[in-house]
Amino acid sequence: MIGADAVIKCLEAEGVTTVFGYPGVAICPFYNSILESDIRTILIRTEQNAAHAASGMARLTGRPGVCAVTSGPGATNVITGIATAFADSIPLICITGQVSSELIGSDVFQEADITGAVESFVKYSYLVKNVNDIPRVFKEAFHIANTGRKGPVLIDLPIDIQNAVISKFKYPEEVSLRTYKPTVKGNAVQIHKVIKELEKAKRPLICVGGGVLLSDAQGELRAFAEKHQIPVVSTMMGIGALPTDHPLYFRMVGNNGKAYANRAMSECDLLIMVGARVADRAVNQPDLITKNKVLVHIDVDPAEIGKNAGPTIPLVGDAKHIFEDFAKEEFEGNYKEWLDRLREYRKTMAKKRNPNPAYVDPAEFIMRLSSKMQEDGVYVADVGQNQIWSCGYVKVRKGKFLTSGGMGTMGYSIPAAMGAKVADPKRQVVAVCGDGSFQMSMMELATICQHDIPVKIIVFKNNYLGMVREYQHFTYKETYSVVDLSGSPDLEQLSAAYGIPFLRLENMEKCDEAIDAFLKDDTSMLMECMIDPMDIVR
Amino acid sequence: MKKRIYSVLVENRSGVLCKVAGLFSRRCFNIDSLAVGETDDSAVSCMTIVSSGDERTIEQIEKQLNKKLDVIKVKTYEEQQCITRELMLIKIKYNKSNRREIMELCEIMKADIVDMSKHFMMIQICDTPERIRLMINQLQTISIVEVARTGALALAKCMENDQA
Repeated sequence: MIGADAVIKCLEAEGVTTVFGYPGVAICPFYNSILESDIRTILIRTEQNAAHAASGMARLTGRPGVCAVTSGPGATNVITGIATAFADSIPLICITGQVSSELIGSDVFQEADITGAVESFVKYSYLVKNVNDIPRVFKEAFHIANTGRKGPVLIDLPIDIQNAVISKFKYPEEVSLRTYKPTVKGNAVQIHKVIKELEKAKRPLICVGGGVLLSDAQGELRAFAEKHQIPVVSTMMGIGALPTDHPLYFRMVGNNGKAYANRAMSECDLLIMVGARVADRAVNQPDLITKNKVLVHIDVDPAEIGKNAGPTIPLVGDAKHIFEDFAKEEFEGNYKEWLDRLREYRKTMAKKRNPNPAYVDPAEFIMRLSSKMQEDGVYVADVGQNQIWSCGYVKVRKGKFLTSGGMGTMGYSIPAAMGAKVADPKRQVVAVCGDGSFQMSMMELATICQHDIPVKIIVFKNNYLGMVREYQHFTYKETYSVVDLSGSPDLEQLSAAYGIPFLRLENMEKCDEAIDAFLKDDTSMLMECMIDPMDIVR
Repeated sequence: MKKRIYSVLVENRSGVLCKVAGLFSRRCFNIDSLAVGETDDSAVSCMTIVSSGDERTIEQIEKQLNKKLDVIKVKTYEEQQCITRELMLIKIKYNKSNRREIMELCEIMKADIVDMSKHFMMIQICDTPERIRLMINQLQTISIVEVARTGALALAKCMENDQA
């Protein structure tokens, strides 16, 4: 058995079913050995998307997604995908080929110091120097990626290590890492303090982030919020933690969020942030959220607590465990007046759009599309105006809402949707992008065809980099610079070239029929929605 | 700005110094000095990092260090909580007229002259960072050729209930 065979054995032991990637000489032993395995290989069209696809898969399965690329440019191309996963705490195992051990450091063909280059974007990285380390390294890597605050782990495998004979393969049952013991259980004293504050509070609010979804605590959150009738808002990464039409849910906060959600944030007297980083997009002025209120900050990563805002009560732990512990505590709280106030805000402060009837209204379209999707469907939003409209109007029931929140990586939606569809082929998966973000990943249409991954794609076409245009509209008084997307391909012809069915929606007149046709069969389809180039989100 | 001394036990592996130093630059933390060496356990190195910042930065430095998987333990001290020493080698140019003065200075400062030629001498001093600075100031009036400093090393003061 050689190193590459051992790597495949490790992946099998971890229950890996699919590897997304792109071969090159330095990773060829791996791709040769994988032929002997049942693990599915998917040839992505650029390495960045291998990480995005693995991320989409991870977010559906709750286990690390795996991608494998070659050395040098293959490895450096995957960095944006790794950084995207890191920013959103998505567990990934990223395997990179490397030049032969004795050549490392001599700048030979396709050599890149990838462990050095990704240091600030990975939870941990390995450069394997001894073939006998492979089982331990993989066991540790999967453990590190998927525990505590989840994240990507990179394993750099020199080609000679992949080809070396491994003396004895035994996959470890346990990991022993003296430096890594994440705290998942909340401190009982701190938990009790939170309950005491809830008893005192008149206007409590729970703000959930992606951490709630990552710890699979949706059920516990819902039970707790419902039992005590506590209103809930979310960050972008927290969308879907509660069904979007749940009576206690007041949608997304932040500079791209709902005015009534932000009002709730500023008027509450007890704010419980769970699995959210208190970053700039969600909380514009972190100093203010500690003013006139008690701030409880719950996160599995102690470094997030106090980084942007100093909480009154810090509580380190995994959201699921903490909500379970909250559920054991009895307390009386009467927040009806507060809830009524928020519901009134929702009624009166909801933004009235004034759509141009000559075009598709993206807000209305997103509402109808997501309502018509299967209950457990997966809606993947890209980055740009499409993302903000999606966050504002998407309906999530038992399904998932995926997007690149922290990094805001354009081109995320199509590969992530592919990963989601591969993870759970029974689910309906729709990627929603703009014509800018679509063109950052449109090479993946080939992957969709080659590997028969029936994801559905919506492209909002306005011939602009809309979000930047909108920023320039406000900041530079309509002086637009380098945001015109003229020269984009005819999407109907492009779809035809790939043999993917195509639909175009010019305005809202035939919207429902078009969505029905789009969603009807479990096949991939591309639908172009013409939207007003001058439309703004805010 | 407050000063803190971080005594960081790390796995003695290649690349760990780079990761720790990278963390400081990535998050715009200061490094006033950094000294690294093996401990009694050859698998463990001790990094002594002197840094400064506001309250939030000081806390973040410790938390971010703790997040690094190669970091075994972080101990944060205020200056008065530990004994701090730094080693300096300093080469100066001397002449007949100031030779006596330099030797007296070395005596006062408990420094040693460890090497000498016709015009140059090398002085070694091991003391607190403040006294090292004082020594440099004194020698500045003569003629400093080269200076090498280790950066501060620190251990917490001995306590009766010392566990570490």
